[in-house]
Amino acid sequence: MITAEGLTRHFGSTTALDGFDLDVPAGTVHGLLGPNGAGKTTAVRILTTLLRPGSGRARVAGHDAVREADRVRARIGLVGQQAAVDEQLSGRQNLEMFGRLHHLAAAAARRRAAELLDRFGLAEAGERPAARYSGGMRRRLDLATGLLTDPAVLFLDEPTTGLDPRARTEVWRTIRALAAGGTTVLLTTQYLEEADQLADALTVIDHGRVVAAGTADELKGRLGDDHLDVVVRDPDRLGEAAALLARAGAGEPRLDPDRRLASVPVHDRVAALTEVARQLADRGLEAEDLGVRRPTLDEVFLALTVRSAA
Amino acid sequence: MTAYWMVSDSWILTRRTLLHWRNQPGQLILGLLFPVMVLLMFAYLFGGAMAVPGGGDYREYLLPGMFALTMAFGLENTYTAVATDAQRGVTDRFRTMPISAAAVVTGRSVADMLNAAVSLAVLVGCGLAVGWRWHHGAGDALLAVALLLLLRYALLWFGIWLALAAGRPETLMAVQILVWPLAFLSSVFTAPETMPAWLGTIAAWNPLSATAGATRELFGNPGRSGPVWPAVVWPLVLLAVFGPLAVRRFRRLT
Repeated sequence: MITAEGLTRHFGSTTALDGFDLDVPAGTVHGLLGPNGAGKTTAVRILTTLLRPGSGRARVAGHDAVREADRVRARIGLVGQQAAVDEQLSGRQNLEMFGRLHHLAAAAARRRAAELLDRFGLAEAGERPAARYSGGMRRRLDLATGLLTDPAVLFLDEPTTGLDPRARTEVWRTIRALAAGGTTVLLTTQYLEEADQLADALTVIDHGRVVAAGTADELKGRLGDDHLDVVVRDPDRLGEAAALLARAGAGEPRLDPDRRLASVPVHDRVAALTEVARQLADRGLEAEDLGVRRPTLDEVFLALTVRSAA
Repeated sequence: MTAYWMVSDSWILTRRTLLHWRNQPGQLILGLLFPVMVLLMFAYLFGGAMAVPGGGDYREYLLPGMFALTMAFGLENTYTAVATDAQRGVTDRFRTMPISAAAVVTGRSVADMLNAAVSLAVLVGCGLAVGWRWHHGAGDALLAVALLLLLRYALLWFGIWLALAAGRPETLMAVQILVWPLAFLSSVFTAPETMPAWLGTIAAWNPLSATAGATRELFGNPGRSGPVWPAVVWPLVLLAVFGPLAVRRFRRLT
């Protein structure tokens, strides 16, 4: 439903995108992940026809994003980083106006506006100017506006940035419902939890290039197996614990001094756990917690983006 | 079909501004009253100290200047609207929708020109109340109004360009501050002949002076009224420069 091949875009001497590839099958939620300035927004702006690529090709909903921009526009919805609504208009007036501009007839636009206000829990606030909405309400209105025409492809550029946890959960629920209804969703985010929660597949981007792609589980699997965590009682002995983990583990240990935590990837869970437990006891190194777990997406992300920076 | 949607989209966008006025009438009224306040200030506070070269009533001299200045004030409406849309991402939303850039601009223009016409009507009413008259018949008076609206239309494009180039609604203050020297350095309030020679020359060449001078001529008001042609040429020059620049700015967003 969305394909990109070798997209490149420069802004002056900065390279925002450097041979970006993407393939999103119809009806899936795809997460585009990357640190600030990685090129996520540039990619979305090219795919939504707002920006022309320097080189490369992009097809969205069966049409070329440059040569058939109008056809693409008729089939997509974009929800950007800020709520792109008219704050001087009420929620209903916003939806009716954008509906009419999507070439719905007046009566159809009114009906659709009422439907969406209901669906996004804004029916009561429908007559109030959007300027008086809370951040979460404005975001929902923005999302509703993006859905006026039941777009085949919905682009969400950091849809939950700046939202409180409750509003974020609401937005997540909406995105899940859309995906269940068959909408293809491309979602950019800096929140790994968000990608983990919502996306069927992920593309990790850094410095304008794809550094990894796959499902969340694949990416986690690729990073190495499981992780062994030790929380020590005495913060001064964290270094000692780390040295011990370095010997028992299958990689560089990562330290979190605030939580008195040392963590290392391991191949053989049981062997490593036994070994570390024995060594801790031998040295009289008191541990508050000791355990093995799957890597978090955060660790995958850090490992991938650190690698691409090196 | 394309033409139909162009007209329909433009009207929906015009209607958007009309809805702003209905939702927030305070803003509209304040915008309409501001030139009235300036008019009363100059007519009654400073007016007594003003002499019109060649003789004549100062209020009769002042009104055409106020009309032209009000057209320049309109620039602030255009600027704020365009800059706010650009910053909030509303412009981007329009650009991902199947509507043409021409419709976006036409909607803006029609709304701003409506606003200009209403401001002018209010000010004409106030002018009549303070003793200003047109003396050369309805034809010339209507031509004068047309020249004023032409100036507003040219400034509209300047406003669109400025908003897309400077891009942030917070810089409105700078625009508001810049309108005043432009107004004082013209024949709006005082005759350029009363200024130091070099300043007077600049003031006489100010596009506001061109329109003020031409409308004084057409209304038959006192002061050294100018020929009509600069009031046509100036706006056309502004349009020729800032029209394409604004369109290029809009396209450059891609």
